[in-house]
Amino acid sequence: MKKTINFILNGEPVEHAVDTNKTLLKMLREDFDLTGTKEGCGAGECGACTVIMDGKAVNSCLVLAVESEGKDILTIEGLTVNGELDPLQTSFVENAALQCGYCTPGMIMTAKAMLNENPNPSLDEIKEGISGNLCRCTGYKKIIEAIHSVAEQNNS
Amino acid sequence: MKYVGKSVKRVDGIKKVTGSLKYVDDIKLSKMLYAAVKRSPYAHANIVNINIERAKALKGVKDIITGDLFTKRAGLYLEDKNFLAVGKARYNGEAVAAVCAETEEIAQEAVNLIEVEYEVLPAVTNAKDGMKKNAPLVHPDLGDYKCAPVFFPEPGTNISNHYKQRKGDAPKAFEEAYYVIENTFYVPHVQHVPIEPHTAIAQMDADGCLTVWSSCQSPYAVRQSLSVAFDIPLNKLRVISPAVGGGFGSKAGTTLEGIIIPLAMRLRGRPIKLTYTREDEFQNAYVRQGLHSKIKTAVNKEGKITAVQNEFIWDGGAYTEYGVNIAKAAGYASTGPYDIDNVWTDSYCVYTNHPVGGPYRGFGMCEIHFCIEQNLDIVAEEIGLTPYEIRKINGMKPGGTTGTGELVTQSGLMECLEQVSADIKINEKSKLSSSKKVRGKGIACGWKSPSMPNDAGSSAIIKLNEDGTAHLLVSAQDIGQGSDTVMTQIAAEVLSISPDKITIRTGDTDCTPYEWQTVASRITYSAGRAVYEACQDAKSQLLELSQIKLGIYERDLKLKDGYVVSKIYPDKKIAIADLALGLTFDDGSGIHGPIIGRGSFIPPNIRNADKHTGLGEHPVAYWTYGVQGVEVEVDIETGETKVLKVASCFDVGKVINPQLIEGQVEGAILQGMGTALLEELMLKDGKVMNPSFVDYKIPTSGDIPEMIIKFVENPEETGPFGARGVAEPAMVPTAPAIANAIYDATGIRLNTMPMTAEKILSAIKAKEI
Repeated sequence: MKKTINFILNGEPVEHAVDTNKTLLKMLREDFDLTGTKEGCGAGECGACTVIMDGKAVNSCLVLAVESEGKDILTIEGLTVNGELDPLQTSFVENAALQCGYCTPGMIMTAKAMLNENPNPSLDEIKEGISGNLCRCTGYKKIIEAIHSVAEQNNS
Repeated sequence: MKYVGKSVKRVDGIKKVTGSLKYVDDIKLSKMLYAAVKRSPYAHANIVNINIERAKALKGVKDIITGDLFTKRAGLYLEDKNFLAVGKARYNGEAVAAVCAETEEIAQEAVNLIEVEYEVLPAVTNAKDGMKKNAPLVHPDLGDYKCAPVFFPEPGTNISNHYKQRKGDAPKAFEEAYYVIENTFYVPHVQHVPIEPHTAIAQMDADGCLTVWSSCQSPYAVRQSLSVAFDIPLNKLRVISPAVGGGFGSKAGTTLEGIIIPLAMRLRGRPIKLTYTREDEFQNAYVRQGLHSKIKTAVNKEGKITAVQNEFIWDGGAYTEYGVNIAKAAGYASTGPYDIDNVWTDSYCVYTNHPVGGPYRGFGMCEIHFCIEQNLDIVAEEIGLTPYEIRKINGMKPGGTTGTGELVTQSGLMECLEQVSADIKINEKSKLSSSKKVRGKGIACGWKSPSMPNDAGSSAIIKLNEDGTAHLLVSAQDIGQGSDTVMTQIAAEVLSISPDKITIRTGDTDCTPYEWQTVASRITYSAGRAVYEACQDAKSQLLELSQIKLGIYERDLKLKDGYVVSKIYPDKKIAIADLALGLTFDDGSGIHGPIIGRGSFIPPNIRNADKHTGLGEHPVAYWTYGVQGVEVEVDIETGETKVLKVASCFDVGKVINPQLIEGQVEGAILQGMGTALLEELMLKDGKVMNPSFVDYKIPTSGDIPEMIIKFVENPEETGPFGARGVAEPAMVPTAPAIANAIYDATGIRLNTMPMTAEKILSAIKAKEI
């Protein structure tokens, strides 16, 4: 069964008929080809599918697509505006805060939501803030440094 | 050097931070079908009957296959594996049938409609039991399996490889020893946990050409295995690995590709996709083999180890096509990085009805060092030496010999030991942080060589473009370790053009040249050397043409910043761009044509060791040595261990990219901490009991310790710019160093991992009583 929903996707208003049992993750990937959002576990445990919904980071595998009605959804693809990278994206490259890259979009979206809420987090707050995003490659250190360096830029 | 040794930014960075890099699961092809798999609920069972009728009748189902349709076996070293069970299932979760349908949901629904009748067999759920005479046989036909000649299966048993090392006269040394100490250890199964689950797409054209898109580390090795299993010639089989979301060995061989290929062969033209769930990943991809080990050590009065006797029993799981080589690698590294004259080692790979064991970062080294390095501390304490002293006395130095009898000419182990001991302040006792929390320090050494066939080859092609840029083609896969960047840096250095002018392409067996495998920490070394050679080839072509154009001998020319320049008269030069398509004369005629550099490499003179003694002059390419020291804090009320600090130092020959190599070590430390403190695949009667992140925890950002990461650079003469591999070795000492630190803090030695809060707490309680 499909339901038509209206929401903002990466800054653009969208009207879309979606299966009522489809997750936000599947809708983004399958219906909009926004494959930057990754599925790592499908159960809300790894954070790879994190997107920002009305300013909050959510695991899109746990959100039904129909819940997007009236919401503002931002995915990794929406962070780059007119080819201009978000400071977090630049910082992740500069700090080598990624390896295989599979957790990276979710990690960046979590960091984005965190910085929106708290532009000046401490290192411990950053650690806490990304603790729901699993990364198996990096050991997290460079990720924390990358986020911290953006926070410092924000406050300088 | 201008580009080597510098923290050049990752060439794949922007694609990854923008989410624009397409991994296999991101690929959507027109008319794609989706597969789902029916799996055995029993660890060991004959398949009596499979009824697919109800499933077939479901609307949207396109095809269903069972194992009896494709019975040819495949495997990297030992051809013991079918992609779908033939006749019987050998582990809980083994694929017995596969469906493809219009949607994933329909495919899954169809799977639920397949009815399989089993005759349950007694299962082997412990490798030690599996070695007993009356044990049920997991592979009764082992004697018929094709096997590389350096492995020694014992048909009629569950032993798929028995590796022996016999150096010197160990029995005599034990008789004469001042101390003899014996310890046993157990290392359970763990899983690699790449964040990207395994995924593949297969499509066969009308003319029989098969394309496989696979999240795999080694497209060429996958192509070879699949070619054998499905009788497809290599020129009609294309394997593409566009991106790999973490491998750690789990994506080294073939796993799910062979499940969808038979479907693709029957449904010509239709692409068929299969993506593992996280549950599949824990159960049906490779896991790290379990290890039961026994180490007996003979020591003289001065603390010199005179002999060791090792027994390693590997729980290889249902198929050991890859695992046989882990038993071998562990066997020839069985002394650890120590110079020991008398060695008696037996390393057995044993079939069990457990998930399939396979390569995992370290390839047996993490497991055996967990035992070797704790054993060493136990020995040290017994004879009154410190952990530092016993390593100083016995650690491998140039002039020593390995367990295989090879003379060691290069080893920075002692430099690493000094560095780490200083960084962790090993001689200063940890301070008590509170009455409820105790602190301790531990160190561990490690070594690893690339565990690969002697003649494992790499190749590279560099194509120069007419604007002075270049394309570098290799099939070394960037699985996160940063090889795309490192290969680019090596090319940039040789050609003296900046890395941003070089585009690297990888992972397509039709277009990028041969690479044996992206495993064994061999890519910087071996593929790097091939890239080096390819660029040298292009360079010599450039110099040859420049000699004609400039009238200057080749010997007096060099490449500099995009030009061929005279070493004597720097103003005499010609742009690489002007030579890329050949040399054109004033009359418009030309010679040579486009410049393409070709590089191939096999590590020189690696020869088989003796099959009875394991001895050989040069059986491996090189050894990477290193040391880690840790400080931990154990909460004696909860048993919880926090790793406060890790100091690491490895002899890597040459650091090509400081930022990336640091990332390798940081990641390895966290992964090592995971195995030490958290991770275990809980198996009950062969069933994985914790196949989710809720029940199988891996380290998170909250777990990171302070990390002090250093390197020494004693060059490996056959490596590019002296480099040798480190990505796996860096994980090897972490877990045993933590175990030794926990002992230092609490006096508790568990002899098994993970050293969970629960286990430590109950040991503390038992000690108090």
